[in-house]
Amino acid sequence: MPTHTSHDAVPSEDVPTDRSLTRRRFLTYVVAAPVLTVAATSAGNLLDPSRAYGVVPSPPQPENIADLGDVMVAATKQAQDLLVLEVTTDNQVVFRLPRAEVGQGITTALGMVVADEIDARLDDVDVPLEQARQDLGTAQSTGGSSSVRSLWDPVREIAAEARARLVTAAAERWNLPAKSLTTRDTAVWAPDGRSATYGSLTEAAAQVRIAAVSAEPKSPSEYRLIGKSTTRIDAKSIVTGAAKYALDLDISGALPTVVIRPPTIKGKVKSYDASAALKMPGVVAVTELPSGVAVTAKTFDQAMKAKAAVDVTWGSGTVDGVSDTDIESRLTAAIQPMTPALPTTQRVDATFDFAFVNHAPMEVGSAVADVKSDSAEIWVASKSPTGAQSAVAEAVGLKADDVTLHVVRGGGSFGRRIYYEPAVEAARVSKAIDRPVKLMWTRNDDMRHGRVRPRSHHQLRAVHNGDDVLTYEHRASCVELDLGSGTGQALVDAGYVSPTIGTAFFGISQSCPYNFGVVTESLNEVSYDMPTASWRSVYSAQARTAEEILVDEIAKALGKDPVAMRRKFLKTADARAVLDKIDTEGKWGRTMSSGTAQGVALHAEYRSIAACLVEIDCRGEKPRVTKAVMALDVGRQVNPSGLRAQAMGSLMDGISTVLSAGNHLDDGAFREGSYSDFKYARQADAPLTCDVYLLDGSGKPGGVGELCVPAAAGAVANAYARATGKKPRKFPINF
Amino acid sequence: MPSYAFTLNGKKVTVDAPADMPLLWVLRDLLGVTGPKYGCGVGVCRACTCHVNGNAVQVCTLTAADVVGKKVTTIEGLAPDGGLHPVQQAWIDEDVAQCGFCQPGQIMQAAALLKSKRNPSDGDIDQIMNVCRCGTYCRIRKAIKRAASTM
Repeated sequence: MPTHTSHDAVPSEDVPTDRSLTRRRFLTYVVAAPVLTVAATSAGNLLDPSRAYGVVPSPPQPENIADLGDVMVAATKQAQDLLVLEVTTDNQVVFRLPRAEVGQGITTALGMVVADEIDARLDDVDVPLEQARQDLGTAQSTGGSSSVRSLWDPVREIAAEARARLVTAAAERWNLPAKSLTTRDTAVWAPDGRSATYGSLTEAAAQVRIAAVSAEPKSPSEYRLIGKSTTRIDAKSIVTGAAKYALDLDISGALPTVVIRPPTIKGKVKSYDASAALKMPGVVAVTELPSGVAVTAKTFDQAMKAKAAVDVTWGSGTVDGVSDTDIESRLTAAIQPMTPALPTTQRVDATFDFAFVNHAPMEVGSAVADVKSDSAEIWVASKSPTGAQSAVAEAVGLKADDVTLHVVRGGGSFGRRIYYEPAVEAARVSKAIDRPVKLMWTRNDDMRHGRVRPRSHHQLRAVHNGDDVLTYEHRASCVELDLGSGTGQALVDAGYVSPTIGTAFFGISQSCPYNFGVVTESLNEVSYDMPTASWRSVYSAQARTAEEILVDEIAKALGKDPVAMRRKFLKTADARAVLDKIDTEGKWGRTMSSGTAQGVALHAEYRSIAACLVEIDCRGEKPRVTKAVMALDVGRQVNPSGLRAQAMGSLMDGISTVLSAGNHLDDGAFREGSYSDFKYARQADAPLTCDVYLLDGSGKPGGVGELCVPAAAGAVANAYARATGKKPRKFPINF
Repeated sequence: MPSYAFTLNGKKVTVDAPADMPLLWVLRDLLGVTGPKYGCGVGVCRACTCHVNGNAVQVCTLTAADVVGKKVTTIEGLAPDGGLHPVQQAWIDEDVAQCGFCQPGQIMQAAALLKSKRNPSDGDIDQIMNVCRCGTYCRIRKAIKRAASTM
């Protein structure tokens, strides 16, 4: 814990720009420890928490003022010791990342930032995931494409501070002017060629009271790693099978456990008879849970086989009798009415529906728990570790501080791991049977009882005069999105609570990038007691996709080319730049065969912009996107390879959710059970080429993880419309 | 409980297992080999893809009895002596992995494909059914072609 503030640098007085409209200040200080340990806390007026939006005014739209990334920074404001960087005596620079790594590449990106700023070899930088810390609260949440964006400044500050103290320690050791020394390769170098590793200096550096050289972070011209494509730091462990996910961990005595789940969503156990199951080979225990009946055995195979032998009588679920058509009716009825239009006005109307979509990460829900009478230890891939820690504590009757929760790498998330049901279930079972357990959801469990992107309905109208769009209106309704965890909780903490979190989130996330006159956007949520969660790109994945389809239809009504139309109406030069890039690189307008076509779309959010051009071939049994060209302006680029990876992954989300992947709700239960009927794209659905262009950016990094989903989805839908002549209205198209 | 003998990653192993226990769980729960992943249990997602006598198979759909006397290779045994197989190296060079969970299966599938076809066409690569939920397909394609050029 910090014992004194030795340095009051406050060096980053950010001038508000289009990427950073809020002032951020970071204080760095040295933590009392035997080796050099530097921490940072943020301070300053980050944003005005009194804002609360229901119906979204325009202009200016709130997304332009403060978005979720800003809220995430604000949520960290109160957190002490938010970030800790340690230099060990064996020359490792250890940065404990207060985020989850689920494939988005942030351990690599932030490892690069640390290595660059402290002048260490990347191989000498270790980026373990921080375990749950209640003092961090929601500041430890991962979401909103905000990780690099919110950690960029403080990580550079602490690394620069550490470097300055290491240089000072070397200067004292060698009795040389500190300013004469340089740093590279995890060592300090003297003009005569002598060097001292950081590991050899760290104990002395911990005693340095005032750094003798500047602790100012580097200027961009000095970056060695930032901005250079770098392979994931865990690539070798992944390709050799050494990378460990929760169920790969060797936790002594942890018993495989699976859960018998109800036939309909959130059905409750009325009674059960486990006598036959308990006689089966390997079965250790059968435990009733709020969510079902857990079977624990010596192997997962034995546990899964014993499920069938437990006779469970189920009560009703929370949405029994409800199917997609019922929800569609309620969503349509719930929508805020359009502004009445004169019968003589020229307008373009369109209505869209998006099905439920499971997150379907490759790694099913899983957790390891070892609960004892006075403490508990949990291993789980969680994007909301402090929430998981509190929930586990409450479930087993402990204080949160008595629960040690290790954040394990996750096999995908896409929003799913904001929630942590497997950790709570595992803890309950462990407590009940007094043994450590490793609990796994089956794929059927994940599909039928996991969380989903809420079904949504959209009504859009553009009024025009033949040349310009005069008014643009988007009325949306969706099944209530559960935002009560992680970054959603951060929104609540920041004061965004009225009238519901969802509409407020919609308000700060939605912004029309076009000059369409008077713009009105609103969301009404319809309550169902069913498991929903933010899905990559959250509301934008549907709302902005719908808008990009409408833009093409407006273009048609105005007799304009879709790219020319966008170029004319886009609000910013930055947006026109990404559009121009895909226009040129994607050879927009090239002659194509009948049944094939190009499509474009654009999306701006997270202080970043993406444009996507795809070519689609609709002549075969099912449509195939054959080529994709994307252009991104993400501000400062940390790892171009990782940025391109996020764009490509988002492209596959766009292809999947527009063309084939969704979940039917039939009488209170989801129909799909695995990847056989939940049709996420496979290799034969992927384009043969995908080129991602990154436009030169300066300033700070914008968010990227979710950025490209709406652009990709919109481009695929628009290409489909142009290739087939059909107006896409319900998604996925082949459902 | 019946006993089964086979070669696992170059070493002879004997394991006592229920006759109907999927090889995936024999590997993971009895032999402690965690490279092959559970993703569906029914041979659909292919995250558990391994080699049996050099052919790509989904070990969730086999039992230990199916591999008696055969050579089972998991991702851990793809490259001898702790080195890297050309496919693994290509995966690193193309920075394929995101979450990484499906990649052991993807690599085993690609390695088997390259064994049967030295220069697989796009059509051959399209036949790969392994799911990658992160959507790394374009880089998988490039990595297979890169590996083909180095093997």
